[in-house]
Amino acid sequence: MATRAPATARAPRRGSTRDGESRAGWLFISPALIIVGVFLIAPIVLALWVSFTDWNGRNSPLFNDNVDVIGLDNYAAITTDDRLTRDLFGRAIRNNLFYVLLVVPLQTALALFLAVQVNRRLLKAKGFFRTAFYFPSVTSSIAITGVFLFLFQASGAVNAVLAWLQVDGPNWMADPRGIVHVVIGAFGGGEPGGWDAPGFLGVSAWEWAAGPSVAQLVLIVMAVFTTSGTFMLLFLAGLQSIGAEVGEAALMDGANARQSFFNVTLPMLRPVLFTVLTLGLIGTWQVFDQVYLTRGTPAAATLTSPAYMAYDQAFTENEPGIAAAIAFVLFLIIIAFSLLQRFVLCDRDEPSRPLLRRRGPRTIASADGGVAQGTARLRAGPTERGTGG
Amino acid sequence: MRQRLSAGLVAGYVVLVLLAVAYLYPFLISVASSFKTDGEAVAEPLSLIPQTPTFAAYERLFTGTDIGLWGVNSVFVTLCVTLGRVFFDSLAGYALSRLRFRGRSAMFGLFIGVMAVPTVVLMVPRFLVLKELALYDTYAGMIIPLLADAAGIFIMKQFFDSIPVSIEEAARIDGAGVFRTFWSVTLPMAAPALVTLTILSFQGSWNEFAHFVVSRQSPELNTLTTGVASLVSGQLGSGSQFPLKLAAAVLMTIPVALVFFVFQRRIMSTTEGGEKG
Repeated sequence: MATRAPATARAPRRGSTRDGESRAGWLFISPALIIVGVFLIAPIVLALWVSFTDWNGRNSPLFNDNVDVIGLDNYAAITTDDRLTRDLFGRAIRNNLFYVLLVVPLQTALALFLAVQVNRRLLKAKGFFRTAFYFPSVTSSIAITGVFLFLFQASGAVNAVLAWLQVDGPNWMADPRGIVHVVIGAFGGGEPGGWDAPGFLGVSAWEWAAGPSVAQLVLIVMAVFTTSGTFMLLFLAGLQSIGAEVGEAALMDGANARQSFFNVTLPMLRPVLFTVLTLGLIGTWQVFDQVYLTRGTPAAATLTSPAYMAYDQAFTENEPGIAAAIAFVLFLIIIAFSLLQRFVLCDRDEPSRPLLRRRGPRTIASADGGVAQGTARLRAGPTERGTGG
Repeated sequence: MRQRLSAGLVAGYVVLVLLAVAYLYPFLISVASSFKTDGEAVAEPLSLIPQTPTFAAYERLFTGTDIGLWGVNSVFVTLCVTLGRVFFDSLAGYALSRLRFRGRSAMFGLFIGVMAVPTVVLMVPRFLVLKELALYDTYAGMIIPLLADAAGIFIMKQFFDSIPVSIEEAARIDGAGVFRTFWSVTLPMAAPALVTLTILSFQGSWNEFAHFVVSRQSPELNTLTTGVASLVSGQLGSGSQFPLKLAAAVLMTIPVALVFFVFQRRIMSTTEGGEKG
């Protein structure tokens, strides 16, 4: 993606300048380093400590005689203990899993489709279309959620449109039924018997198979709506760096448009696809704002996420230890999904490529440049709400 | 160049136009509904023209809530965060790109690693640190943690990498110090990246929500995001009040929408760091 030849800084020969440069280097980097150290690294260390204690949130977790180390009890409370907290965590994981499995493929496919469409040479009003598709990406998650709750109310705009199509829309945000259950129910089916016993993380097999609730579909549509523009831009950059000639050459060789796209263009877009999927996975596993805003709706139990549950445990249940444990489990889930995705995408033509290939800083810079751009854009937009860092 | 209108092209246009309508309609309907009465907003959910246009929702918003205060807080926090972030990210990006010092690659690795830490995971831990430092529920606690971000440092570093080093060397030979060279020679050449970073930082801090949920609790420190969130999530009671909520959503969207339309080409520039003007 970086087209210019990188310029290399050459160290001046004179020793005194070299010392000055070294001091300046540390001086220049120190504000960012202090902020990252105090508000990013220190929190991780402190939270790790808290996750092993029974601190109740009062006073300080450090040098406090009332705080005892309880080992892995907080982790057990959300994974193996047979109690409400574990069941809530199981539900949050289940909900978020459905969210990830729907949002990531949909937003990636839609973004790619939009990018290919607005990249067509013959398209008129390219600028208008790009603006229209990107605009939702700059708005606030709070404003967008407010708008979507309005659009998806029982007698709202979405149901009005569905009524034109002779479809009787559901009362979206009040409907906790899983869509798989709804479909099975439509064919007269029901719970097959024995599937309602508490299963993994206290959630029954029947609930694991429920699919996203009708209410969660609203959040899913909203996530696709607000991120597809950002990812469209990343794909567009990729398409433009490939250039039209490649596809045209394939067409000359007798491939049809579809073959040329899937056999020539798409493989060349693989680095961008990789970036988009990684950012999508990281972002969707962190859904918080929308869940926080809909916590009072009738189907809220089908919308919770681990990120929201961590907040809730720390701030309303006075269980910062459990909150910290949830944060670390979430972190592990995100790492596991990113590695899995990396493994699946890299597996095909580069079997020898290790997960973290040894690369010089320069190549890391160009490979992760798209990630930096995407991260910055997503953090500026409505879905991936970053807390800086 | 006239092109034969093929069926495929027409179908492509139809799909794109429908999608564009689907992307823009939610915003148009929000603006329109904010000027409707509560009853009409619910009864006529699709109409873009209010039958009896009214400012009632906006009046209630300004008399019944502290939206003015929230706006002032948002402006203050956003200004501080944006200025600080652009400055500190540039400094760090410059050091990582240009200055030779022991530990530079380790620092670079650290910032890359930090970029990978999911930010929502940090919410509760960051609250713990803010409390330890007695910064909880203060402007400082809301602002300082956002003052530098790894992605921004990365964007600046990459841009500095693309600027020829020879120009700076000339300034150095003339006796300018490191900061002087950075400030008056290199930084002005990085203007495109600075504009990109400024816009992204502005949007990011204006729209920031999770951090303000965990770094403060006083109503006086509400920003537009946390304040409007309390409206949207129905803490106002009594009915749905959609025009009021939509009016708040519209008002808080105006600044980012303005910046978006003014800097549209820069924001949508697909080259990294906005290298091309």
